[in-house]
Amino acid sequence: LAKKNKEQKMGNLVEEYFEAHSSSKVLTSDRTLQKLRKRRLDQQTLHDLLKNAPLAYAAEIRDLNQQHESLFSKWMLQLHLGFNIVLYGLGSKRDLLEKFRTSLLQDSVHLVVNGYFPSITVRSILNSITEEVLDHIGTFRSPLDQLEFITKRFKEDSSLELYVLIHNLDSQMLRGERSQQILAQLSSLPSIYLIASIDHINAPLMWDQAKLSLYNWLWYETTTFNPYVEETSYENSLLVQQSGSLALSSLMHVLHSLTLNARGIFRLLAQYQLEKKDNPSYPGLSFQDFYQQCREAFLVNSDLTLRAQLTEFRDHKLIRTKRGADGVEYLIIPVDDSTLTDFLEKEDEDV
Amino acid sequence: MKFREIPTAALVLGVNVTDHDLTFRGLSDVLQDNITPYVALLEAKDCPGIKNLMQKLMGQLMKCDIDVDSLEDEDCVQVSQNKIRCSMPSLISWYDSVTKKTDSETPSKKRNSSSRHWQSPPVVVIFKDMESFTTKVLQDFIVISSQHIHELPLVLIFGIATSPMIIHRLLPHPVSSLLCIELFQSLSCKEHLSTIIDKLLLTSQFPFKLGEKVLQVLINIFLYHDFSVQNFIKGFQLCIVEHFYSQPLSVLCCHLVDIKKRVYSLSHDQCENIRRLPSFRRYVEKQDSGKQIELLTNDSFLKEETEKLLEDLHVYHENYVQILRCLHVFTSSLPKYPLGKQIRELHCACLENRVWETEEYESSLQLARMLNKTDLVTMLQQCVEILMSSSGKEFDRAVEKLKEFLTQFQNLEVAEASQERGVSVSPQKELQKKTDLYHLQKTLLELKESRRSKKLTKFEMLRFEVVDYIDSLVRRYLVPADERTLHEIMYFNAAAVLRGHLNAAPRTALHTALNSPHWYLKNQALRYDGGGISNKAPDICIVYKLHLECGRLINLVDWLEAFSTVVMAAEEPNADEASSDQVDDVIHARFIRAVSELELLGFIKPSKQKTDHVARLTWGGC
Repeated sequence: LAKKNKEQKMGNLVEEYFEAHSSSKVLTSDRTLQKLRKRRLDQQTLHDLLKNAPLAYAAEIRDLNQQHESLFSKWMLQLHLGFNIVLYGLGSKRDLLEKFRTSLLQDSVHLVVNGYFPSITVRSILNSITEEVLDHIGTFRSPLDQLEFITKRFKEDSSLELYVLIHNLDSQMLRGERSQQILAQLSSLPSIYLIASIDHINAPLMWDQAKLSLYNWLWYETTTFNPYVEETSYENSLLVQQSGSLALSSLMHVLHSLTLNARGIFRLLAQYQLEKKDNPSYPGLSFQDFYQQCREAFLVNSDLTLRAQLTEFRDHKLIRTKRGADGVEYLIIPVDDSTLTDFLEKEDEDV
Repeated sequence: MKFREIPTAALVLGVNVTDHDLTFRGLSDVLQDNITPYVALLEAKDCPGIKNLMQKLMGQLMKCDIDVDSLEDEDCVQVSQNKIRCSMPSLISWYDSVTKKTDSETPSKKRNSSSRHWQSPPVVVIFKDMESFTTKVLQDFIVISSQHIHELPLVLIFGIATSPMIIHRLLPHPVSSLLCIELFQSLSCKEHLSTIIDKLLLTSQFPFKLGEKVLQVLINIFLYHDFSVQNFIKGFQLCIVEHFYSQPLSVLCCHLVDIKKRVYSLSHDQCENIRRLPSFRRYVEKQDSGKQIELLTNDSFLKEETEKLLEDLHVYHENYVQILRCLHVFTSSLPKYPLGKQIRELHCACLENRVWETEEYESSLQLARMLNKTDLVTMLQQCVEILMSSSGKEFDRAVEKLKEFLTQFQNLEVAEASQERGVSVSPQKELQKKTDLYHLQKTLLELKESRRSKKLTKFEMLRFEVVDYIDSLVRRYLVPADERTLHEIMYFNAAAVLRGHLNAAPRTALHTALNSPHWYLKNQALRYDGGGISNKAPDICIVYKLHLECGRLINLVDWLEAFSTVVMAAEEPNADEASSDQVDDVIHARFIRAVSELELLGFIKPSKQKTDHVARLTWGGC
């Protein structure tokens, strides 16, 4: 009966998949965050706000963590018996691992790898092993050579022991095939003890049979319900202001340091772009037209000065030029319309 | 062998890639001892290009040559591989120098085969995982080495995980025609499993035993997931670790000779532990009241009793294994194998519950009652052999009984031979005479009548007797382990723990935590049944539940609004509308945090398809 139930469930799952992907039409409302009369939060204010918000169910979460902490000595035993430990479950496991480190690994050589850190690479992990642990100065041609060197040293010297703690083994930077291969080989050394945490739902997909047997995992479910503070702080969320695109504050900042005429030029371009915002095929303002308009407004007196001004804008990433199909240069401001509107309003206030 | 062909051995090894390491290590050792000192083992991950491959190959050949040589001549130059240019000519010149040297030196060397079989020993190159090599590298290597096959006698060995077809799929015809391929099969991994179970579990050598559930988990992982013997062994190791870590009485899990010493060194607490064992309590309940009191209060009496019980347990296990093998002899030849073909299935069935109460056992006995004589005799002989091999005296009687059966069968044979002639006119012969349909029917009916009322022959009587005897043996010795007293000491039974550690389901854990947080957070407020969204749950659970209701794309604004509605409903009673803007911001921030956590967990990802939308990466209710 149970099997039949399961089959039915499986069938439902399949149907649900096709239901979800049946039509390419998207049935959601067209509202955007811009229309929401609310300022976008930046990283700092977000952090401050969250720090003040109380964490729900703190007592229960503490109980949970205490349960996990009681396993520490067992982990040590199992690590020494040749297994490696991987933690999964909801919630940040950073504090747990940190607790493990401070309570048990204080006196032994250990290496902490913050996998969520966006610029971490396998090479940096290997480097810290060769440089800090093995005291070897010198470079290697490839990570494979480096790995070979480490393997040799650890096999020669049986007194060497190293604990490696990896937060978020499944992070963007470490989930590649080659990195995982190297880490797996590293973890298969008998005197390197690896304890790692994973969060992504598809994390186990990165390991094939060979890697799994190198890793020799023991799985531990450690659901902590702790917020992922450090882990998500590097993730450019959709709702937080993105540093990559131009934000209003930086726009204002740059423009305030320019001459009056230069601001006028930018204003002109912005106004023109806003007028044409409903036209999806608007390619931008061509240079010739723009020059004409600027001359009429007495903002520039020659072709050359306008070009110089535009170069300055381009250096500050305020405008972008695009060559159209007819070979003419078109100018646009790579900022979304609402920010531009806000900018013009602010500008009007100032004047 | 044709001109320029490279002799090649293709080993079909099966999909359990994790076990191949051991196979190859064994193979290269054997080759090194018996045939040639020049064996190189290449793995795909070390050879992304032909250059790396040559480098690796030369490094291994020269190093392994130095290893073998180092005992004999100290002055063998430790050539660093980096200095030589890694190319075929340098490999050949190295090979020439090595073989020359061994030729010119004293021919009485025991190691080198150059004087024995070959003028020059072959160089063996093993490709460990043929499937994962890039075709370009393989092709190049084969083409290059086929050019030099005269100067450098290469032999290639391919380790193949899938099927020999892959050679032709990986190598185009011009390249594969350069090879002279001979195919070799390896043992299937199921046979390895049977060997392991036979040698590791079904012996009385090791005091540690696996319970039924645990064994089932291990076998299932093997048969349904990976076919990997190494993983099976890892699971077994984990069982041992878990057992000796978590069970305080596992000190008593030892060989028969040590039991006495260990039992008498038990402390009072440990004695209490024994008293707490469920199987021991059952045992106590069955004793009379005077003994009960003694057992529960007097430590030294308890120790004596424990020692006896543990010895019983050892004896039980020894007998169990022998009888199990005997029963297996019977059941493994029955049609359709009601109790399973392999001894492990029988073992599981016996451990699970009383095997003689199951339907399968019933039907297999029925089938056994229909066995013919020759089969029955050979089986009995096998049983006698098995029982004779056991060390205990327990089976003397059983062996005698079986032998008696055997002689009876022999006597029967003689008797039957003399009887044969008398009953030669069988009813079938009469049947052939009739042609009339009516008569035919009548005789058939008569035949049936007669058969029903026919008395059993001597053989059949004997057969019943044998089967009944086997049945009685089964009933006596194959009692499942968890009905024995103190079985907890020897048997590891925590299957759930094992499954959790070996075959975890991170996705299910996440789903449970997000869907029903009360499973983890023991708070009364979270106990909320029904499919709705509890507004008291942690933020991420609310956001997750809201996201479950969406299709493929999710509008962030709507999502945010739904979230704030739910959260506001929870806070309404105690919010005094102090600063709605402030509250709004906090909710907004919490929402951002929850959404970015979901993104980290891989449930959603940003989508460019529509502004301010995210794409959902899962479907349905999970």
